[in-house]
Amino acid sequence: MLGRGWIRIIDFALLYIMLALGLNIVVGYAGLLDLGYIAFFAVGAYCYALLGSPQLGLHLPFWIVLPLCALLACFFGMLLGAPTLRLRGDNLAIVILGFGEIIRIFLNNLNAPINITNGPQGISMIDPILIGEFSLSDMHELFGLTFPSVHLHYYLFLFFTLLVIVISLRLEDSRIGRAWMAIREDEVAAKAMGINTHNIKLLAFAMGAIFGGLAGGLFAGFQGFVSPESFSLTESITVLRMVVIGGMGNIKGVLLGGILLIVLPEALRHGSGPAQQLLFGKTLIDPESLRLLLFGLALIMVMLWRPAGL
Amino acid sequence: MTTSVKFDINLLELSGVAKHFGGLSALSNISLHIRPREIYGLIGPNGAGKTTLFNILTGLFQADSGRFTFNNTEYSGRCKPHVLAQAGIALTFQNIRLFANMTALENVMVGRHLRTSTGIWGALTRNAAARAEEHAIVQQARDLLSYVGIDRPHNTLAKNLSYGEQRRLEIARALATDTKLLALDEPAAGMNATETEDLKELLLIIRASGITVLLIEHDVKFILGLCDRVAVLNYDKKIAEDIPEKIRCDPAVITAYLGTEPITPAQAGI
Ligand SMILES: Nc1ncnc2c1ncn2[C@@H]1O[C@H](COP(=O)(O)OP(=O)(O)OP(=O)(O)O)[C@@H](O)[C@H]1O
Ligand SMILES: [Mg+2]
Repeated sequence: MLGRGWIRIIDFALLYIMLALGLNIVVGYAGLLDLGYIAFFAVGAYCYALLGSPQLGLHLPFWIVLPLCALLACFFGMLLGAPTLRLRGDNLAIVILGFGEIIRIFLNNLNAPINITNGPQGISMIDPILIGEFSLSDMHELFGLTFPSVHLHYYLFLFFTLLVIVISLRLEDSRIGRAWMAIREDEVAAKAMGINTHNIKLLAFAMGAIFGGLAGGLFAGFQGFVSPESFSLTESITVLRMVVIGGMGNIKGVLLGGILLIVLPEALRHGSGPAQQLLFGKTLIDPESLRLLLFGLALIMVMLWRPAGL
Repeated sequence: MTTSVKFDINLLELSGVAKHFGGLSALSNISLHIRPREIYGLIGPNGAGKTTLFNILTGLFQADSGRFTFNNTEYSGRCKPHVLAQAGIALTFQNIRLFANMTALENVMVGRHLRTSTGIWGALTRNAAARAEEHAIVQQARDLLSYVGIDRPHNTLAKNLSYGEQRRLEIARALATDTKLLALDEPAAGMNATETEDLKELLLIIRASGITVLLIEHDVKFILGLCDRVAVLNYDKKIAEDIPEKIRCDPAVITAYLGTEPITPAQAGI
């Protein structure tokens, strides 16, 4: 059995995979370069944090808050998409990148005059995920087995990840999915074939945002703490890398990309020190630097051997 | 719908359509009419504005002025493409624009988009209505592929089809929209003699099924042999519109071709 530390890493990997699957709809299916996607994750996370923490004194139940996270993210997606989706390619990417930053800056600064987000300190003591009376942040004895909190989250996240996969697969193979891909392949031809490209692109944006908001809500409940620095441009790029590495528009690839990009760095972090001890008897290179080096190397190899993705 | 009785025998009627790009006039004051079930040819030297006219008809470009009536409804020349596709105008492109990384079948299925309605809910639940619609889309797309004569496996990616097949796939995709007017921009370009002959036959079959065909072509022989009527554009103006026999010996047409292109009248079949 894997240790708790590893299960925790896998929990995060599942959250990232949900994000990557959401972004895959926007970038992989519809071909819209979205560099601010993490903003929807932030919206979901803060929605959960504000509705279930001492910050505003609200403690709404999980099964109400989580759908609200997805809905609010969807709303933000439409709000952003409606005016900007007329832009193409690079222009769109820049505007959305700006939006992502604006959200983060708002979260950073909405602590005065009225303290809503608690600024850079972030919101802590967020309510744990409660399913009925069952709290996922406590250890439970079930059927004679002990389930630590990270394991319980693992099952919950796995459930949502599978749900997101099923939704993605069904959308991919549908009238809407084909319209997204047609826009990705040739927007002019898609228009001429009678696709209302603006609406269909907006739909892709909204669906992607829903997945982002969902993952955000789960993240806040799991972590118990959110702060603006979790939602920087780097995070957007990490998620985008998973989609690109996996091969855009390919669900299996996105799963692989997610595992590679989250689990590999951790494996290298924990593995590179002991491995050196074993090989050379002492630690020659600082494990942290070696980790980045090897990780970079792995990415370059993927790009060389599988330029279209895994 | 208007209640006034209008005895309009034209499917498409353009009046005073103009378009310029910066200082360049691509179309000026173009008027023409196309009757139902006609095969109507549009010829003219390079840069005459033929493709531009197609783009205005399909809403991909906005006209500077002018309007057109299609199927008894008036449009401003500044309509959205999906509105005009819905009305029944579909085109194929001069430079093939297929959905390259989608299969041949999927390309045609996309053409059914505007005549079908399954949304997110239907896609997720796959309820009876959604399944029935999807099934019909697949069936129609298959039929269209064999109708235009593509006998490759239907899951071949569009980009892997031969050039002639790609041209025919574009026609199938346009037909999938239940088009009334099929506008083809140089469909025979790059085809060999047999392929061109097959295309000619296909176009006759399509017309026989009740669809009106509007055709741009540089192969003058091909067009004069196939079309019911032909319009000739030169620079940005229409210089002639008539049956092929008259076009053949129209002095303005002969001058336009001799003046700009190294085509001898004999080569052009004029
Ligand atoms: N998007 C555009 N922007 C600027 N100029 C354009 C554009 N599209 C066409 N033109 C110009 O308008 C004129 C007419 O072009 P158009 O493509 O309609 O000609 P055509 O008759 O289809 O020619 P060809 O036989 O070469 O296809 C040309 O001078 C062309 O350079
Ligand atoms: Mg042209």
